[in-house]
Amino acid sequence: MSNITDESVSEERPSFFVPRRKQLLVGRRGIVASTLSVVIFLGGLVAVFYLAPGGAAVRRFYFDRHDMWEAFVGNHNAGLSSVGIGIFTNIWVFLVSEVFILIFGLTIAWTRMSKSPVLLPFRILATIYSDIFRGIPVLLVFFLVGFGLPPLGIAVVSYQSVAVYGCVALTLTYSAYVAEVFRAGIYSVPHGQLLAARSLGLTNATTMRRVILPQAVRTVIPPLLNDFISLQKDTALLSLLGVIEAVNAGTIYQDTKFNSSGLVVASLLFLAMTVPLTRFTDGLIARDRKRRLASS
Amino acid sequence: MSEVILELDAVVKKFDDNEVLKGISLQLHRHEVVCLIGASGSGKSTLLRCVNLLETIDQGTITLFGQSLNDPRIDPDQVRRHTGMVFQSFNLFPHLSVLENVLVGPVRALKRKRSDVVDEAMHLLERIGLSDRAKEFPERLSGGQQQRVAIARSLAMKPALLLLDEVTSALDPSLVGEVLDLLRDLATSGTTMLIATHEMNFARDVAHQVAYLDGGVLVEQGAPDQLFTNPQHDSTRLFLERVR
Repeated sequence: MSNITDESVSEERPSFFVPRRKQLLVGRRGIVASTLSVVIFLGGLVAVFYLAPGGAAVRRFYFDRHDMWEAFVGNHNAGLSSVGIGIFTNIWVFLVSEVFILIFGLTIAWTRMSKSPVLLPFRILATIYSDIFRGIPVLLVFFLVGFGLPPLGIAVVSYQSVAVYGCVALTLTYSAYVAEVFRAGIYSVPHGQLLAARSLGLTNATTMRRVILPQAVRTVIPPLLNDFISLQKDTALLSLLGVIEAVNAGTIYQDTKFNSSGLVVASLLFLAMTVPLTRFTDGLIARDRKRRLASS
Repeated sequence: MSEVILELDAVVKKFDDNEVLKGISLQLHRHEVVCLIGASGSGKSTLLRCVNLLETIDQGTITLFGQSLNDPRIDPDQVRRHTGMVFQSFNLFPHLSVLENVLVGPVRALKRKRSDVVDEAMHLLERIGLSDRAKEFPERLSGGQQQRVAIARSLAMKPALLLLDEVTSALDPSLVGEVLDLLRDLATSGTTMLIATHEMNFARDVAHQVAYLDGGVLVEQGAPDQLFTNPQHDSTRLFLERVR
């Protein structure tokens, strides 16, 4: 061995161990650390809530166990609607609207992107539609549809239940947004895919259905999910048309008993609706990813 | 010489003010292989796309099997069903397995029954040496394998004419060979092909005719031996010297 004299060459043996003070985070201890971190963080939040000067009043007004339960199940004799039953109105309005929104949204996107000269008037119409319904607040669309259609006295159209008008209003507004999401998704598919499909002699419609849309759907799911979560929440606007859904039931309880616990119950129920949806979609994306990465 | 399948007559293609094809005339006979050579941007790809109606030409005529493609009564989908096209970037459908990629043309464009086509498709995959990968998705395959699948996808349509657009340009040098071997195999079995390529040795081996394009002009065309050993134009000579 030669004698090294250059001072820039280190003669020390390097150590690769995690420093002692960080060893708490290694291996199985990491689980302990993360549990501890959660407990401390949440505990801190709860402590602030309990120790705040007005904490007791807020707890009584928003989180009273007795009021929460009464608002949830309702009280027929006292004229109190049940928040727990009301949420089912939100759920079916959401589900029905969702189906129509997907259909209309895709139709509008498709129309706006079509090239056929025959479809020109529809293309213009679809563009105007998108502009109008993305521009008007949902609230106003609710009022326009809910209070505007019945007085017209047109057969069928003017004689629907208020909840149906809610579905119409939501569909009108959200289709415009969802159409834009679809359009962005369709444009995100590389142009080469279109060229390859057309060069095989697939028609425009088949190319869309078999090549472009299946690929667009993957990019579209997260933003679409965002819109649907937002849609679930906007079903609360039904209360403004007088439909007794979850939020309206909570408000009635508040106005009668001067206690807002019913609104907290409604919030929890909305959470119970949205969280499974996000989980489900994440699972769907993960499964698709795995399927495509896995060898056959 | 056998029947003329494709004839270009003074074809002009413009993108706005930029003239990409400046009056190209070219003939392609049945069972013939014609290679288009020339620098990038010389108009090779555009020419192929015009034949497949992925671009519309501004002047001149393209005649395919005696029918002018300018005729408004021409159905582009019908034209494309008989002319296969393979791209530089493969453009396989990532959401479909290898087998489904090959099946999609016959099943979705020709409306043939899936069960009738599966055997043919598997046979094609055998021919390109990838029958064991039939169920896999394209992203699991190497570039060379993907390009071979793309060629099989075109062949599944039983095209009368195959258009190949620099199909080896996006490939690792070590993967070029397998794709060119497949094309050689196709040429031997009589597939009519119009090939835009940068592979001069391949063009020399396989082509019946080589056409040199420069700036949208077909400068010179001839049998490979003649064009490569004794180019008539200075620009052809310069180009060949540079690529060697």
